[in-house]
Amino acid sequence: MITFKDVSKTYAKGGHPALSAVSLSVAAGEVFGVIGASGAGKSTLIRLINGLETPSGGQVIVDGDDVAALGVEGLRALRRRVGMIFQHFNLLSGKTVAQNVAFPLKLAGRPAAEVKARTAELLERVGLIAHADKYPAQLSGGQKQRVGIARALATGPKVLLCDEATSALDPETTEQILDLISGLNRELGLTIVLITHEMDVVRRVCDRVAVLEAGRVVEEGAVEDVFLHPVSDTARRFVREADGEIVTAPGVGGRLVRLTFKGEATYKPVLGEVARVTGVDYSILGGRIHRLRETPYGQLTLALTGGDVAAAIKSFEASGVRVDDLTGEAAR
Amino acid sequence: MSAGTFDFANVDWSEIGQATLDTLAMLGGSMVLTIALGLPLGVILFLTGKGQMLENRLANGALSLLVNILRSVPFVILLIVMIPLTVALVGTSLGVAGAIPPLVAGAAPFFARLVETALREVDKGVVEASFAMGAKRRQVVLGALLPEALPGLIAAATVTAIALVGYTAMAGVVGAGGLGDLAVRFGYQRFQTDVMIVTVVLMLVLVQILQMVGDAVVRRVSHR
Repeated sequence: MITFKDVSKTYAKGGHPALSAVSLSVAAGEVFGVIGASGAGKSTLIRLINGLETPSGGQVIVDGDDVAALGVEGLRALRRRVGMIFQHFNLLSGKTVAQNVAFPLKLAGRPAAEVKARTAELLERVGLIAHADKYPAQLSGGQKQRVGIARALATGPKVLLCDEATSALDPETTEQILDLISGLNRELGLTIVLITHEMDVVRRVCDRVAVLEAGRVVEEGAVEDVFLHPVSDTARRFVREADGEIVTAPGVGGRLVRLTFKGEATYKPVLGEVARVTGVDYSILGGRIHRLRETPYGQLTLALTGGDVAAAIKSFEASGVRVDDLTGEAAR
Repeated sequence: MSAGTFDFANVDWSEIGQATLDTLAMLGGSMVLTIALGLPLGVILFLTGKGQMLENRLANGALSLLVNILRSVPFVILLIVMIPLTVALVGTSLGVAGAIPPLVAGAAPFFARLVETALREVDKGVVEASFAMGAKRRQVVLGALLPEALPGLIAAATVTAIALVGYTAMAGVVGAGGLGDLAVRFGYQRFQTDVMIVTVVLMLVLVQILQMVGDAVVRRVSHR
């Protein structure tokens, strides 16, 4: 649905590039996350998709169109197929909720009757039908973002771009908005690209994620892979931020390993079983049990001592538990 | 204040009435034209500014210079300098009609700057969101930018209208008529202090009404 081919973007001539050599592809119907610190180039990346920015090099292909090659009308047509929501909502303060939602339809020149019906339908979907005649200033942050979502959906887009859509919201509201976004993905088959600096957002809704660092994609993959086995330093940092430090074992002897349980294995009494059979002792140094979208997972950092450590590792692996040796990594 | 000095014996109320109507006519006529010229000028100043959608340094610099020149000429001087142009435009430099061209020339650049400032106050995110929804530039300006700036634009019009009240009084000096003319000819030149007081009070009332109405409208259209 969306392809970045070796895309670069430099704002000032000779200046530092905001993006360099970015290649990505987002499949139709998936929720794709882009995570990065502020200044990493996330905003630029998402704005290249609907042509709010133009690439300095490379190509951005969206729904079959090379965005930079589209004329004015072509770009407007594309933008009706690509909705966008914003961190600060960007609603028109002088228009009511209903008028805000109707705005893109009016811009597209749709007949009044259709605008009215479609607006009501969208407000129903986001649960704001009772607030149709209020002004944005009278709404809570979560309600404002719902208006933003309804407005972005007005023209029936295939793609929804979420620019830090939950960063200005409290945790509870964030959860509700993320649920709404996931629901749109499931029910409408909407392709979603979201940028965020919070790994938690990625974990809750994304299928795949790209990690951006200083304008480059340093890691990309299925969320569970990046989350459970981050390779780049940046990805590790984001995972640690979301879950806390799990590798700290100063002065602990034995073999340091990280076990990753996923799906069914999460709930099995694997640890005790293996310890009994192989005579290995373990001390738990850190751990977490969580969910990636619908999949439960657990990670434990253990120091294994005594008995047959090698056999223990084999038995863990045999029960579907991934084992990473951290002995070399503990210094990090 | 003894009754003998201020018995308002010098005040010819029908003349005061006519002068009030003249002032209102000058104010109304010049205000309409000031908005008609100043609003587009302000919009263009804003749109051609740095980082805006029609960024153009040359056009912006030229318009900005024109505005600054007109704004730096003292209004009394502008009134006199413009007499030939005024005669060419409306056929006379006297009366209500003769006052309107210099009033507009003085007020429109002032209003344009206020318009530019009001537009700068609009959240850039709203403009970006409008483009993201597939709006044309014209739609962004007319559908998002100007409506979002409406409270600021009305406040700007109020300030401009009040400045114009002062300008109409000065226009009295070159024979424009109106309350300022009465104040100068009778109140000042003939030492008829009572006429001066009546004209000043009437202008004060006018300014007060303009400010109150302006504030009320701003409150009405502002939903922040």
